Amino acid sequence: MIDSSLMWRIAGGSGDGIDSTSQNFAKALMRAGLNVFTHRHYPSRIRGGHTYVEVRAADEPVQSRGDGFNFLLSLGDSFARNPQDEAYYGTEQVKPLVEQFDDLNEGGVIVYDSGLLESEMVAETDLEERAAENNWHVYPMNLRGIARDHGREVMRNTAGVGATAALLGMDTSYFESLIREAMSGEIMDANLAVLEEAYERAAALDTDHDLEVPTGEHDSQQAMLSGSNAIAYAALDSGCRFISGYPMTPWTDVFTIMSQNLPRFGGIAEQVEDEIAAAALAIGAAHTGVKAMSGSSGGGFALMSEPLGLAEMTETPIVLVEAMRAGPSTGMPTKTEQGDLEHVLYTSQGDSCRLVVAPGNLREAYDQTRDVFRLAYDYQLPGIVLYDQKLGGEMRSVSTEFFDREPAPDPGSVISEDELAEAAHDAAGKYMRYDTDGTDGVVPRSVPGQEGGRFLATGNESMEVGHISEDPDNRTAQMDRRLEKLDAIREELAEADHQTLHGPAEATHGILTWGSNQDTVFEAVDRLRADGYDVHAMGVSDLMPYPKEAVAGFLSGVEECLVVEMNATAQFRGLTQKQLGRFGSTMSSLLKYDGETFEPGEIVEGFESNIDGQEPAGNVRLATGD
Amino acid sequence: MTSFSAIGADREATKEEFTPGVEPQPTWCPGCGDFAVLKALKGAMPDVGRTPEEVLLVTGIGCSGKLSSYFESYGYHSIHGRALPVARAAKLANPGLEVVAAGGDGDGYGIGGNHFMHTARENHDMTYIVFNNEIFGLTKGQTSPTSPKGHKSKTQPSGSAKAPVRPLSLALASGASYIARTAATNPRQAQEILAEAVEHDGFAHIDFLTQCPTWNKDAKEYVPYTDIQQDDEFEFDISNRKEAGEAMYEAETRLAEGEVLTGRFYERERPSYGEEKRATGEMPDDPLAERYFEDGDWGRTADSLLDRHT
Repeated sequence: MIDSSLMWRIAGGSGDGIDSTSQNFAKALMRAGLNVFTHRHYPSRIRGGHTYVEVRAADEPVQSRGDGFNFLLSLGDSFARNPQDEAYYGTEQVKPLVEQFDDLNEGGVIVYDSGLLESEMVAETDLEERAAENNWHVYPMNLRGIARDHGREVMRNTAGVGATAALLGMDTSYFESLIREAMSGEIMDANLAVLEEAYERAAALDTDHDLEVPTGEHDSQQAMLSGSNAIAYAALDSGCRFISGYPMTPWTDVFTIMSQNLPRFGGIAEQVEDEIAAAALAIGAAHTGVKAMSGSSGGGFALMSEPLGLAEMTETPIVLVEAMRAGPSTGMPTKTEQGDLEHVLYTSQGDSCRLVVAPGNLREAYDQTRDVFRLAYDYQLPGIVLYDQKLGGEMRSVSTEFFDREPAPDPGSVISEDELAEAAHDAAGKYMRYDTDGTDGVVPRSVPGQEGGRFLATGNESMEVGHISEDPDNRTAQMDRRLEKLDAIREELAEADHQTLHGPAEATHGILTWGSNQDTVFEAVDRLRADGYDVHAMGVSDLMPYPKEAVAGFLSGVEECLVVEMNATAQFRGLTQKQLGRFGSTMSSLLKYDGETFEPGEIVEGFESNIDGQEPAGNVRLATGD
Repeated sequence: MTSFSAIGADREATKEEFTPGVEPQPTWCPGCGDFAVLKALKGAMPDVGRTPEEVLLVTGIGCSGKLSSYFESYGYHSIHGRALPVARAAKLANPGLEVVAAGGDGDGYGIGGNHFMHTARENHDMTYIVFNNEIFGLTKGQTSPTSPKGHKSKTQPSGSAKAPVRPLSLALASGASYIARTAATNPRQAQEILAEAVEHDGFAHIDFLTQCPTWNKDAKEYVPYTDIQQDDEFEFDISNRKEAGEAMYEAETRLAEGEVLTGRFYERERPSYGEEKRATGEMPDDPLAERYFEDGDWGRTADSLLDRHT
């Protein structure tokens, strides 16, 4: 269990370099021997609007954001356009300071840039009052002035890092080397000078806080990656050499990483006119023998519905990734949610015949994306990696040994020309590509250009060689064969064991969750157990085919179970009840749909409220199964 | 040693090889213009030395979409309006394939109009045949994007208030590098034009007038047709965008008035998308599809991408 951790939040305007500064800060802590985790919060704007990133660091593994945070570096929003208090959105410049107050823990430290947030402006806020109430330690520093004196104003984030280092008792050498790696010439020298000056000025301050940076040591080399990195790298290591897409937050991260790296791996990336085309191109490339993927977020994925069904019907293997954000419609483009579960499971006409997996964390994102590629290409159907803004954007430190894997470029169930010479053909010489005698429903596919392999793939129901057929017996046989593939996949998935358990198996209470909440739930379980509750948890990844046996086993063993998910209508609990046909009165839901991720403390409180029959505080909701 | 030995095989195919040896027989109505497309395509492929298994024919939905059922080659019968994005990815994945896409006027100029514009713009080395019958046939005679203004149908009971799409002009503005119009009533010209389109290194668009005797016009309404290359009234340079544009405008306007102008409207070489993409270093020289059938080094992310994260 994590007893103490540094939870450093940097806040400023979008465009103030919050993202890159936080990444460097986290990387420096990682190199210093700590485990790190980052949590991003940003608006749907290019410049202005307030953004923050939290970096959590501890000696123990950190797999979730914490409860609130304990160190604020507030740069203020240098792109603020609206100085009016009365305006709908209030005074924007000072927001990166005042909007953090609710989450800052007692005894916390605040450094703000008094060069931008002038004393009159700050005096109008309730900082003084709240600092007194909460025992905050406030250090105004003219970061803008330091940056200006030694370089340029934009370097005030470097000044903030220097001040942070001094106030937390950190060595600046890791920051210096990161600056040296990323920059050169005058810019590098100026940043180093800004870092040093800010450090010295902060070190000279009269301080009264006791927060310090933790110390730790790694036994192996660490890397810091996002969930989007893990998904993209798994695709590359699976031999995926084609991606087609259209930009949409937050899926754009995977699309960008793939587009930047595919050429060096000899592949092709295509940015196309819309998501219908994106999915159709992936189908065209896959049909022609290449391992291909596409993806989007909710709205773009909606456009992929019809091609998705085409891939199911023609048995063209494609991998799609869906990065959920808060809906409905445009919703909150940069905020997280798990509201697309039912959309992804069932969209497109007819009975669904697809694989849907939602990884619980960075490692699972890599492992399970590889499994999705393997199964999609072995069983010739669409495989979908369902994740969200949270998992895609959060970064974690992980041992580099984890990625020490061999590529798996096998194209799956594809026939060779030699095998085609022996295979069954009709009288016209067409290959029986949709023969109803396939093993586990699978008939190896031929690829255009192969001698002896020609067939027709069609979105219509068809006979063995692909000619359109509405014969009832053929229809039933073909439907049965296609759906039989899901039974075989269910068995393979049982072996892959994607569901993750946490805590002792014999506990009386359970918490069930799916996708990216997993590690936050696990941290909550540790705390609840420390408080004397007999509870354990399961994080589910497999959604179609649904892991009936594993979840039923978990639910059978507990008296009560709380189902944690980020949506308003308890979609996963509904799915579980539908799939298992029981446990309706065992399960109740803890839901959050305000665009923010769960904090472990919210799950702890939600669990206790559920037992006590109370309503939880804040933007979480309890809902019963009855 | 290739894994796709049908591609570039040193063999002459006959027209008969492009006809399925067993059922199905076409379900098109007697007198349908679609038969002429099928016949012209079967004739054009041997003319330009292609064999059935190096051709991928991707079709949309509608009567025209059935073309892939009655033409012997690799076929992909996709969904309404989406033949082009499927087809162009196939060409990128394996540039050795001869890729032909086909669909109706509703499919290509209506629901799939966005793909038409962008595929032309990108100038993929492929052929796109649009069966233009100026009507929705398979769904029983509704007004289509190419139906003339005033066209009455069950869905436009007072007559369409919309002017028709100008398909040739649209192709030119979008960037197609070969643009022609032919008619089912002119089989010889149709076969020649299809052969030229297949040979053309870039996006070749053929607006193929196919009468729909059941719901719209019968063949005699596309007769007489004028071949603009043979008519003194239309002397123009088909490599000149401006002159070509004027000829297209004329042909489109006169079709609505009942005059049928066919022939080559535009032809100009420009690098195909594959060439452009290879020039930017974003497409491999060897066909991507081949790689999955050969031993080779696939690279590991652990070796090349992890350092930046440490």
